[in-house]
Amino acid sequence: MKVSSMLRQQHALIALLATLVLIALGIGLSSWQFVVVVALAKGLAALGLVLLLRCGLVSFGQGLYYCAGAYAVGMAMSYLGIRDLVPLLLLATVSAALIAALLGVLLSRYRDIFFAILTLAFTMILYGLLIRNPVLGGSDGFNVLSPGFFLLADGALSRRTMFIITAVVVGVSIWAVQRYLATPMGRLGPAMKDNEIRVEYLGASARRNIFWNYTLAGALAGLGGGLTSFSIGHIDPDLAFWTTSGEFLFIAILGGTRNAYAPFLGAIALELIRSLAFQYVPNAWQIVIGVSMLVIIIFLPGGLISIARLWLRSSARGG
Amino acid sequence: MSESIVLISARNLRKQFGAVFAARDITVDIHAHSVSGLIGTNGAGKTTFVNMLTGYLKPDQGQIFFDGQEITGRPPREITRMGIARSFQIPQLFDSLTAVENVETALGIVGKPLDQAQEILARFELTQFAGSLAGILPEGVRKLLDIALAMVADPRVLLLDEPTSGVDSSEKFEIMDRIMKIVREAEVTAMFVEHDMEVVRRYSDRVLAFYDGAILAAGSPEEVMQDEKVLEYIIGRPLRAPLAQEGAHA
Repeated sequence: MKVSSMLRQQHALIALLATLVLIALGIGLSSWQFVVVVALAKGLAALGLVLLLRCGLVSFGQGLYYCAGAYAVGMAMSYLGIRDLVPLLLLATVSAALIAALLGVLLSRYRDIFFAILTLAFTMILYGLLIRNPVLGGSDGFNVLSPGFFLLADGALSRRTMFIITAVVVGVSIWAVQRYLATPMGRLGPAMKDNEIRVEYLGASARRNIFWNYTLAGALAGLGGGLTSFSIGHIDPDLAFWTTSGEFLFIAILGGTRNAYAPFLGAIALELIRSLAFQYVPNAWQIVIGVSMLVIIIFLPGGLISIARLWLRSSARGG
Repeated sequence: MSESIVLISARNLRKQFGAVFAARDITVDIHAHSVSGLIGTNGAGKTTFVNMLTGYLKPDQGQIFFDGQEITGRPPREITRMGIARSFQIPQLFDSLTAVENVETALGIVGKPLDQAQEILARFELTQFAGSLAGILPEGVRKLLDIALAMVADPRVLLLDEPTSGVDSSEKFEIMDRIMKIVREAEVTAMFVEHDMEVVRRYSDRVLAFYDGAILAAGSPEEVMQDEKVLEYIIGRPLRAPLAQEGAHA
């Protein structure tokens, strides 16, 4: 069996291996744990964006759901006294998905620049609401305590445990999205990007498909937002600011849109580039990131994941 | 008798674009298992008629029935699911996907196993193009792939909008032979819009001649092509002797 086809059929195994490698690296390089956890959480939001990009839709509003997830965790902790990680993450995911479903009813009617601008408008509305609302912390936001985990600890989780949990959540998400992409509904994304008329004349509803992809994208971003709030320990309205959504778009383009692994590759690469650039050229780190993006777009238009594709192709030719 | 069953019935269809009448009270019955050729000059209303039948356009007035059920103004996906499929004058494919991925996508939508893709391509003699991107295929191949996608759902009616336009004249009959073989095998009721009268004469058993948004004549190919009005407005009469020759005799 060719390597490429074998890999296509073994996504569960690959996701498991990737998670284990990530955990091993994280434990080995403990000083990078925080950076990687934040990168993985952002990768989840970018993974949602990938689902939309595959449908030919550019969203500048993924930050809305990232922020909604983080605030759901913060508010549930502050006002409801929930401290356990599992219900908090569920709440983050479900609340973001519900908001996405509500807005998705309207947004699924729009395409191209109209879709992009509307998503931007909605995230900025949330930003405006949060920044002026003292109940929600106003412009300062509020702190999020470290959660507990019913099986592992009575008190707050350590950074290492949080890292392992994040890696497992990401591994499961990759596996689930990869499975979704192989379903008829998941396969419809690239087809809709090419030709919605033919999709409709095959008996499928493009609007319905966009609605579900948008809702799923929101849920993933909410999950990412929840994980981020635990790691950073503080949430503020900037999570909904348009530059946050721009960063997710940056990650998605950097990693590629071919599969569910790509955005995490992009997210980790961006955090590494940013951290190293801060360290070595603190006054010009933005230039380093801009040049990196330029290089990727020119030489790897399919994103960093296309390096893996090129390797797979050459190994398939070899064997 | 199956031939007598009316599968599609259009009643007083009217469609207007500004001051232009694209359809003027079109009333016609399409019988099961028939192959109808739609002829007419550009702007005569052929494609508008097909677009109304398939939900692309909503008629301003009138009704469309499919197998006794009214389908007027229903969205394309519903009409497709009911059993009316179509191809387009400009093939509507998934250009960034390969031919086999195009068919797999269609199979996924209709809920059939994806491993049927190669078999479908083979039926249309497109196996050699399976791995090629649809966007770079020759026009004739794109037309066939467009029809293959339409046929994936096993429709009862297939509407073909100019299946041989943009195709080299030497390939026209080869393509039509392939299409009609599949149509007959699948016992599909077919309608095709066509400008080439020889194609219409050879492959249709009923002709609808459109002019200025109305049906000018309907009947067998022989009847319609000898109709005075059709000769006058659509086909044109054979030229008389060239002017120079007439002058020489004078």
